[in-house]
Amino acid sequence: MSDNSLRVVWVYPDLLSTYGDQGNVLLVERRAQQRGLGVQRVDVRSDQPIPTSGDIYLIGGGEDRPQRLAAERLIRDGGLNRAVDNGAIVFSVCAGYQIIGKEFVNDLGERQEGLGLLDVVSTRGEAERCVGDVLADIDSSLGLPQLTGFENHQGVTHLGPEARPFARVHFGQGNGTGDGTEGAWHDTVFGTYMHGPVLARNPLIADHLIKLALDVNALPPTNDRWYEALRQERIAAATAPA
Amino acid sequence: MAGNTEPLSPRARLAVTAGRAAAAVSRAAGRGSGSVIGGKVALRLDPDLLAQVANHLDVVLVSATNGKTTTTRLIAEALRANGEVVSNALGANMPAGITSALAGGSTARYGVIEVDEKYLAGVAKDVTPKAIALLNLSRDQLDRAAETRMLAERWREGLSGQKAVIIANADDPLVVWAASSSANVVWVAAGQEWKDDAWSCPACGGVLQRPGDDWFCAECGFRRPMPSWALSGNYVLDPHGSAWPIQLQLPGRANKANAATSAAVAAAFGVPPQTALERMYSVTAVAGRYDVVTYRERDIRLLLAKNPAGWLETFSLIDAPPAPVILSVNARGADGTDTSWLWDVDYSRLAGHPICVVGDRKLDLAVRLEVAGVEFEVFDSAQEAVDACPPGRIEAIANYTAFQDLRRVVGN
Ligand SMILES: [Zn+2]
Repeated sequence: MSDNSLRVVWVYPDLLSTYGDQGNVLLVERRAQQRGLGVQRVDVRSDQPIPTSGDIYLIGGGEDRPQRLAAERLIRDGGLNRAVDNGAIVFSVCAGYQIIGKEFVNDLGERQEGLGLLDVVSTRGEAERCVGDVLADIDSSLGLPQLTGFENHQGVTHLGPEARPFARVHFGQGNGTGDGTEGAWHDTVFGTYMHGPVLARNPLIADHLIKLALDVNALPPTNDRWYEALRQERIAAATAPA
Repeated sequence: MAGNTEPLSPRARLAVTAGRAAAAVSRAAGRGSGSVIGGKVALRLDPDLLAQVANHLDVVLVSATNGKTTTTRLIAEALRANGEVVSNALGANMPAGITSALAGGSTARYGVIEVDEKYLAGVAKDVTPKAIALLNLSRDQLDRAAETRMLAERWREGLSGQKAVIIANADDPLVVWAASSSANVVWVAAGQEWKDDAWSCPACGGVLQRPGDDWFCAECGFRRPMPSWALSGNYVLDPHGSAWPIQLQLPGRANKANAATSAAVAAAFGVPPQTALERMYSVTAVAGRYDVVTYRERDIRLLLAKNPAGWLETFSLIDAPPAPVILSVNARGADGTDTSWLWDVDYSRLAGHPICVVGDRKLDLAVRLEVAGVEFEVFDSAQEAVDACPPGRIEAIANYTAFQDLRRVVGN
């Protein structure tokens, strides 16, 4: 960490901030501030260089053309890959998740190179769009409670040997491969299809990112009354028959 | 131009009659006005019906993400200065509802028609409009996957080759992109508070530069056109530079923008700005929106806000603190089932207001407000929320079905 504050980088809000995933940035900021941490939030537009000294990089979902433009500009810039080489944390959602993989199918129907930060390859699904509440168990090695989120995508993401599934779904589609996996992670890089935004429904994931950044095992407790109430409601909604 | 000079074809007449019968059955069954189901029956009998019922009318189409119902009302009032108007005033804005509304106006001279964004190109092809007003485009109902730029693209394709005069907002890059395929555009500087759907150049994907009120793309040269009409504070500036006062009963900057666009539309039909704007004063509530209802000894103003751009405009018009605010959000089919958009609304703007949270998705709102760092209380019903507020004015802001629920509760 540079100086004493947590550096949170919001990548390309001009292209990848269409589905409320900005909430993930607000969650990390809020949860850190509640622990008395200073937070320096940096919003980086796609005509600006990605700083390499950030602690946590957040990437959201976007529409198909902006996704293609974002991947092109991130590869040209190179900053995000350098940041990860330095140990930075990346948490990315939906279109952002596909971009940080090895390859995805863009709005022109072409296979396009991603950043290669995760060993995943995405294609466009033939089936109907996956839309709705999701309930899943997060990889037990992360020590996190059940994942609740809202999915809204047509992508299918296949995991290679270097990536672990972030979660396994009970309800919903997740990666869309039919094997029950949802999202992927490796070391400090995470990808998911979950909106909601996902950190608002799963604040302990935000805490996990902060702990990774601080290299600590625990954070002071917070009053999570409303988060808990929302989680219970959405978990019940996901399990209820449609 | 005016009057019912060309009678409907026998088949179209049959279709209209069948549609009315279906609407009557629907009404009798307690399913609302029946205008949509009537139009659906009629369209099935004669797919050319929409073209035929519009045949004798000078048609104006109005489309946008936000403000199309209100603007349709304002334009209808303005054009009544010159003749009878038929309009889908209740907001049934897809082809069936439009057909049904137009079929009811056999003696009218003008048809002023609100059109759902997704149907604009098709309806414009069917009814050969004289004018098309385009106000704004922004994110709405994300689970339906109608991407905002794709909508602009569809408008652009549908409008190229249109003979209608397009009256379009020069301050919304997506609207400008859509309209500029047409040869005949009247640009209105109507403003657009919400900017987050147009940072990316719709033409080339470059990053738009936005110094002050201007905008341009440094990469391809796509830029804000020179407007001939403008909203300037409480005035509409016409192409001759004359300033005409806006006197609306409807609140807010967005409605002033709607009035400016409406004045430009009216002028295209020969109604002078002064006449048009004076007539707009008569518009008060539009389908319950902006209505102030007395309920349990409080005066509750009903405000509809369906998407981030709508909430942003609504926050700018409510009374200052300590006016209490009731917020209600649902996520039923008509609202869009994804509530993630709440995070694109800057609720920290409500700091200082007592905030009461209700609606199906009150817990999503509670977490949103908690993270925004504003104080709030959650209630199980609108009635409990109202009772918790002191006597006087309450601003109630709700999204689509939550707004309908709220109207029922307060007896509007
Ligand atoms: Zn450009």
